[in-house]
Amino acid sequence: MWKYFIPLIIFALLFVLLRSGMQDIMEGKNVSDLPSPLIGRQAPAFELPSLANPENTIGTDDFAGKPAVLNVWATWCVGCRQEHGFLMELSQSGTVPVYGLNWRDTLPEAQQFIAQLGDPYIDSAFDGDGRVGIDWGVYGAPETFLIGADGTVLEKHLGPMNWSIWQDKFAPYLAPEGAGR
Amino acid sequence: MKLLLSLLATLFLASTAFAIDADEPLEDPGLQARYEEIIEEIRCLKCQNATIKDSPAFLATDLRREIKRMLVEGYTDEQIFDFMVERYGDFALYSPRASGKTLLLWVVPVALLLLGALALANIVRRRMAMPIDDEPDSGS
Repeated sequence: MWKYFIPLIIFALLFVLLRSGMQDIMEGKNVSDLPSPLIGRQAPAFELPSLANPENTIGTDDFAGKPAVLNVWATWCVGCRQEHGFLMELSQSGTVPVYGLNWRDTLPEAQQFIAQLGDPYIDSAFDGDGRVGIDWGVYGAPETFLIGADGTVLEKHLGPMNWSIWQDKFAPYLAPEGAGR
Repeated sequence: MKLLLSLLATLFLASTAFAIDADEPLEDPGLQARYEEIIEEIRCLKCQNATIKDSPAFLATDLRREIKRMLVEGYTDEQIFDFMVERYGDFALYSPRASGKTLLLWVVPVALLLLGALALANIVRRRMAMPIDDEPDSGS
């Protein structure tokens, strides 16, 4: 008799399995997001020409010892324009220093972008050939990293940022000691 | 023989003409051969269902350039794959490694196949044990 329930049990198991696979889609997450192997590891060091003043360099040393946001952006990137307003607000709020990594771009275009739309960054590092982007596992701008005071990568967001994502994913790391993570 | 060679040459030229990778090949043919194998094994993370050999995205261009650099500098294939996994995760490889998180990917298909074989064996054995005189009464 119990044999007749086998198909039903198999169906139920399959249902649970497939439903859990769909969880991210049902919650409206972008399923092409990939977990970054960088999280929890030391931020890959770099030193690149500064966008504001290409004769100077800027790099991981500049934000050592304090939490910082590193935002990967480019002038050709639509999402970067979408999140630009948020970055301006974040930077003005003084919550955390915001640095830029200008990825796969040209200096004049990037400088023009900043001049026209405003500069949310303390400074941007100019990664014209994408070499540093590879070390950071960047595969599509915009990408936003949160780096801890000890230099480990705490969190990464792929796609345009906004305040709600900031509150959910990033702010808990910066909460006063004890609270959050 | 000459005809065959020229046909082969045409084929070869045709394939490079359509290749997305328009860069100069490496000088060392041995390295170039390894290069071509490696770029078929690495996923373009931007387009996710293409290898970096087939993808025109500039991330793929950058990664191909990096692979060439590493080959010239004497990296082994394994070191190059490690380089990619370290930065982009297991998903960067088209044949994910059998380790930890990806173990399920390798084990489940084999397990399912074994399960199916067992079920089949079971059914066949039971049918074999049935009496043979139950032929349908056709052809009378």
